[in-house]
Amino acid sequence: MFKRFATQPIANLVRGFISLLVIIGLWQLLVILLKVPAFILPSPFAVWQQIISSSGLLWHHGQVTLLEMVLGLVLGLLLGLMFALQMLLFAPVRRWLLPLLLASQAIPVFAIAPLLMLWLGYGMASKVVMTAIIIFFPVTTCCFDGLRQTPQGYLALAHTMGASRWQQLWHIRLPAALPALASGIRIAVVIAPIGAVSGEWVGSSQGLGYLMLQANARMQVDQMFAALFLLALFSVLLYFITDKLLNHFIPWAKSV
Amino acid sequence: MSQSVVPAINIAQLRLAFNDDELIFDNFNCMLEAGQFTCLLGRSGCGKSTLVKLLADLIEPQFWQGQVATSDGLPLQGRVAYMAQQDLLLPWLNVLDNACLMLRFGQFSAKQRQRLITQAKQLLIEVGLADNLMSMPSTLSGGMRQRVALVRTLLQEHPVVLMDEPFSALDAVSRHQLQTLAARLLRGKTVLFISHDPQEVLRLADKLYLLNNASQLQALPIPHSQVPRIIDAELARYQQQILDSMENCHV
Repeated sequence: MFKRFATQPIANLVRGFISLLVIIGLWQLLVILLKVPAFILPSPFAVWQQIISSSGLLWHHGQVTLLEMVLGLVLGLLLGLMFALQMLLFAPVRRWLLPLLLASQAIPVFAIAPLLMLWLGYGMASKVVMTAIIIFFPVTTCCFDGLRQTPQGYLALAHTMGASRWQQLWHIRLPAALPALASGIRIAVVIAPIGAVSGEWVGSSQGLGYLMLQANARMQVDQMFAALFLLALFSVLLYFITDKLLNHFIPWAKSV
Repeated sequence: MSQSVVPAINIAQLRLAFNDDELIFDNFNCMLEAGQFTCLLGRSGCGKSTLVKLLADLIEPQFWQGQVATSDGLPLQGRVAYMAQQDLLLPWLNVLDNACLMLRFGQFSAKQRQRLITQAKQLLIEVGLADNLMSMPSTLSGGMRQRVALVRTLLQEHPVVLMDEPFSALDAVSRHQLQTLAARLLRGKTVLFISHDPQEVLRLADKLYLLNNASQLQALPIPHSQVPRIIDAELARYQQQILDSMENCHV
């Protein structure tokens, strides 16, 4: 068993590395075979050179986007959890909130981005809110489903022990819902960059989205790819860190 | 804790339905003697579990009338421990915390808490889980998990224990061990034990009834030996009689 656990992260890394190599190889092959101009599709080597040469610039904008993503995640998680709890505890609230929740997803985030810029300014707040809006739905629905699907036997047992409604919520429903919430958080982490970057596209003076727009206007496609690479790296790292933390703190997720 | 006198429970003229059309119990009468192991045998769907859940206040039928009275006149609510077919161990708590689950819900002084935790450890050791006090439920076998559930039930120190096919999901050896443990540890409590296994109830019962689909109880004979009974030729004869009765009863 120890051997399996010890070798699994290494095997994952090796798999990821091989996949990356294959993609880069195909990309290079495409560039060579089709003789695509560098301003349409730069070679992987050119992108790598760009990453090295403008690492300071990339990091400067990257940390802004990363902060927007993390803050948006925290806000979205808190909002999602709060909504899910309210929908569970107060049936009339559920009837009113559910259409609102669905509407928040029916309207494309790009459509409300200009409004958010108008209300919250061109700074970080509007991007954080956009990220929160995007992740709010999966978190709310996963958490609400988890809270609703508490095994009835657990609740019956708690009832025979004289547990109050709040005690049942705190000691039974919430821990039982954590595996479902964890699934929502995993989805949220992956889609968080969409909110942050689309916010930056609509209006900003920093961030990877802003850098991509600037690079696009100047036909610096290699810089666009470098920014994309950093964004993908952030997403992957955030996902794996979150996954590790969730597995550590919710080990029973695999057994329920 | 409800360390009150162990009461008898008299269920009289019970009528119960979940919808307008179908009565699950119609003029049902049953006496659970104080401090005795009353076993209720019946085939699936005859309403055994419904009765347990009604007594445990776990269901709200659309309609029910009748009388559920205790011999001491005190309400049953708050004096009932419940053990289900599933062990219902919370996967996020270790064995000791699961056994002491009721500490999370009730008002207990520090002294009471300490006493109950000590008692839980003693009971867990007694049922053979000395090495698993801090283990998580997912690492235990079905038999071990149900032992924890039994300790959790005992630790509530309630005079009435309702058991709804608690050992039916276990393998034969674990079931036999758990039956022996239950007979020893629950002695002196008013127990209603539901099962569909004639051999199991013959090992444990002070009183044995067969419940048919017409919600009628039929008292069944049991051996006069001490519980937990060993499975011998006499018990096998009784078992055959019960199986015949079950086949012949209105189902």
